[in-house]
Amino acid sequence: MNRPTTNERATAAAAETFTGNRALDIEEALIFEIGRTEVTGVDLDEPAAFAPRLGGLARNAPIGLPGLSEPEAVRHYVRLSHKNYGIDSGMFPLGSCTMKHNPRLNEKMARLPGFADIHPLQPLSTVAGALKLIAELARWLRELTGMPAIAMTPKAGAHGELAGMMAIKAALAARGERRSVVLVPESAHGTNPATAALLGYRVAAVPARADGSVDPAEVEKQLSADVAAIMLTNPNTCGLFERDVVAIAEAVHRAGALFYADGANFNAIVGKVRPGDLGVDAMHINLHKTFSTPHGGGGPGAGPVALSAALAPFMPVPFVIADAEGVRLVEHAAGVGAHARPFGRLSAYHGQFGTFVRALSYMLAHGADGMRQASEDAVLNANYVRAGLQDLMSLPFGERACMHEVLFDDRWLDGSGISTLDFAKAMIDEGYHPMTVYFPLVVHGAMLIEPTESESKASLDLFVATLRDLAMAALDGDKARFLAAPRRAPRRRLDETRAARTPVLRWHKPAPPQAAE
Amino acid sequence: MRYLPLTDEDRAAMLAKIGVGAIDDLFADVPADKLLAAPPALPHHAGELAVERLLGRMAGRNVAAGAVPFFVGCGAYKHHVPASVDHLIQRSEFLTSYTPYQPEIAQGTLHYLFEFQTQVAMLTGMEVANASMYDGSTAAAEAVLMAHRLTRRRKAVVAGNLHPHYRGVIETISAMAGDAVLALPPRPAGGDDVAAAIDADTSCVVVQTPDVFGHLHDLAPIAAKAHAAGALLIAVVTEAVSLGLLTPPGDMGADIVVAEGQSLGNALAFGGPYVGLFASRQKFVRQMPGRLAGETVDADGRRGFVLTLSTREQHIRREKATSNICTNSGLCALAFTIHLTLLGEAGLTRLARINHANAVKLAALLADVPGVSVLNDAFFNEFTIRVPGNAADVIERLAGRGVLGGVPAARLDPGRPELADLVIVASTEVNTDEDRAAYAQALAGVLAR
Repeated sequence: MNRPTTNERATAAAAETFTGNRALDIEEALIFEIGRTEVTGVDLDEPAAFAPRLGGLARNAPIGLPGLSEPEAVRHYVRLSHKNYGIDSGMFPLGSCTMKHNPRLNEKMARLPGFADIHPLQPLSTVAGALKLIAELARWLRELTGMPAIAMTPKAGAHGELAGMMAIKAALAARGERRSVVLVPESAHGTNPATAALLGYRVAAVPARADGSVDPAEVEKQLSADVAAIMLTNPNTCGLFERDVVAIAEAVHRAGALFYADGANFNAIVGKVRPGDLGVDAMHINLHKTFSTPHGGGGPGAGPVALSAALAPFMPVPFVIADAEGVRLVEHAAGVGAHARPFGRLSAYHGQFGTFVRALSYMLAHGADGMRQASEDAVLNANYVRAGLQDLMSLPFGERACMHEVLFDDRWLDGSGISTLDFAKAMIDEGYHPMTVYFPLVVHGAMLIEPTESESKASLDLFVATLRDLAMAALDGDKARFLAAPRRAPRRRLDETRAARTPVLRWHKPAPPQAAE
Repeated sequence: MRYLPLTDEDRAAMLAKIGVGAIDDLFADVPADKLLAAPPALPHHAGELAVERLLGRMAGRNVAAGAVPFFVGCGAYKHHVPASVDHLIQRSEFLTSYTPYQPEIAQGTLHYLFEFQTQVAMLTGMEVANASMYDGSTAAAEAVLMAHRLTRRRKAVVAGNLHPHYRGVIETISAMAGDAVLALPPRPAGGDDVAAAIDADTSCVVVQTPDVFGHLHDLAPIAAKAHAAGALLIAVVTEAVSLGLLTPPGDMGADIVVAEGQSLGNALAFGGPYVGLFASRQKFVRQMPGRLAGETVDADGRRGFVLTLSTREQHIRREKATSNICTNSGLCALAFTIHLTLLGEAGLTRLARINHANAVKLAALLADVPGVSVLNDAFFNEFTIRVPGNAADVIERLAGRGVLGGVPAARLDPGRPELADLVIVASTEVNTDEDRAAYAQALAGVLAR
């Protein structure tokens, strides 16, 4: 195996520099420290004299906003970019986040003027192609989920959860029912209970079985005429397919409740299993996970929600209808006809259209065959990592096959004095983005590894070898390597307690220096 | 398949290492009768050229704003974005990074979010701002929920001239959560309506300025009235550029300011992705939704940034979180902050003056078209005109003449006959004198028929 080696002694002895810079890693000030309010990087002509019509509400105090010329600004942001790790930098096995390759074709397509430069409220006769694109993406999502309707407007996964749970609430209300409880397994993403609570539901936790899956008997026990829904992630956050999902769905439906599926882990099963066939009533789809749209350092995402026949009438406005009469937009609840009962509006316009373009570009490029292959490869890659590490690191649920991500716990570190966090930080020094740590909450010191289908076998071999080296070092008592990590990153460990205790959330102009005595 | 690095040889070797015979052995937990034998009935994979052709055809069926005289606004505005903005946001390390959970290798994101928060706070005249929301409308709904938590009351009073879509978002979440909304009727001629509607149950008043018809509002008297009743003032701004020229809501007593940030750095993109701005007072920070970047130091004492106060958030607090928001609008916030850094105060204020000057010129031109009247006295870059006949027809016929002339007010708020002859018109720096002349001429032509 060809692997770069480091000369430990040489790097440890590297002297501090005068500047604090370390070659490509250059210290960067805040724009407020380097910019000036009178500088601008945008050339604009002052308008000819005119009579303002501001009705006495003109701003009369300076704002304080610094400006930079274009070269200064470009350098500022390029230097900042050097301090970030992205998928393009290296392997980013962040479990539950599906950090797969972001094809650049998608970016090019989203920037076509016919997509990027159209207004959400321009005449409908001038946006026929945009409506067609929304309808086409919805068609692909319907086929892949096996569900009859897609609400396209939610702006991220959690927003999609909100939409799906609102549809459930609206459907129950239409039946004349007010149910007050939502069942949420302990392994669920935090957004699930937060969403249920936002809609006024009481959250009841469903404990996990010893094998990491949800027990249908436990669900059955908690079901009652007061339960509105279960929110179940499948594959779940332990990286396992809920093998009793059909039985759970049947029990939920028997009780008159509905089945919300968190689609965060859809990437494991696209083209392999259709959630609609499992009895799911609503499932959001993270286009920024499964369908490769860039996560952008924390968004934008997009969270269309697939709805079952029972929920299909309960869509937020606006939505696009494509039928024999063509493609058209419904913008308001009034006058949509008896078949549709929209519950309201979730955001100002038509959803994350720019993200839709990227996702459809991904789908067209992969095709049905490529997406099925991608899911298989994602699952294969995760199991390959599992097979490479399971003799050293501990699997909480035994040596069983996982889906697209593999979950380890920290039992194997017992007595080492090294925590999951320490181990993750040491991975940073080795050039990897850490896996998801301490989530899901159902296992101790969780390490959730999701390689995605974008990694080659060679890349996985290198990753496994590196984690094995680190694991051996941990078990051999090389504590310093872990407790001091990261040592090679733009920053060493940051004091999060201090940040939270005395929050400094913005720059303030420093007080003028006191005159010397 | 160009995006999938594994070869069939790799796959076979990996399955052997795992110790299974076939890929479907790894799907053994899936009920056998639910496992698809073949891919769904959708097209197979395609090369770049084929995808470009297909999507290019769809794009070609839309009229791009830049291709015509363009005057459409109502919460999304056509502005010129410097070339360097789009270049910089496409740098891999920004584009393909995740939410900065590992701050040591996400200082780029955290650093610009800290700058973004500061710029938003300065621009709105507030003390603190978060790291962004999905868009202005969802930020407005989150602001109402925050006001309910702070006041322990559950009734919002919404000004009639709040963008109807924003009102819709607030009404939807409120209805679902069991909260009350008093939404006042639109007042196309302007004027204050909320002050008189505040009562002892009111948690907040929601007022937009410039409002959806373009009118400007002095928020100070409304803030005074709200505060006297123990309620909060939520100010909504849908055109961020206006803050370069107008008294910021923070200086007029707003407790929460939410805004649509699309105007800076972000494309129209048929409505999204955009970036919601959310600013408030320091004393309310622990009830704010969304992510916050904060300053701290690393183990060597060097300044660095982290996500902080996360005990408000869903991944820690679960059902007790202040919001369910997780992913927000990081990259759109980056575009916003880069554009604003390039502009600086000098550039932003000039840009705002150009916008205002252009709108003033356009209003004068359109007011001279026979049968047309301008409803606004004061406005920023958007105003409302009354046209003879049906506004939607007029806009459609203008489109037929190659001018996208604005938004028929009734499209936003159907079922109100009093809005049927109103058009909301915006003019930004992208419009030339020729564009404005073309609009006036086309409008005169349409109305003369």
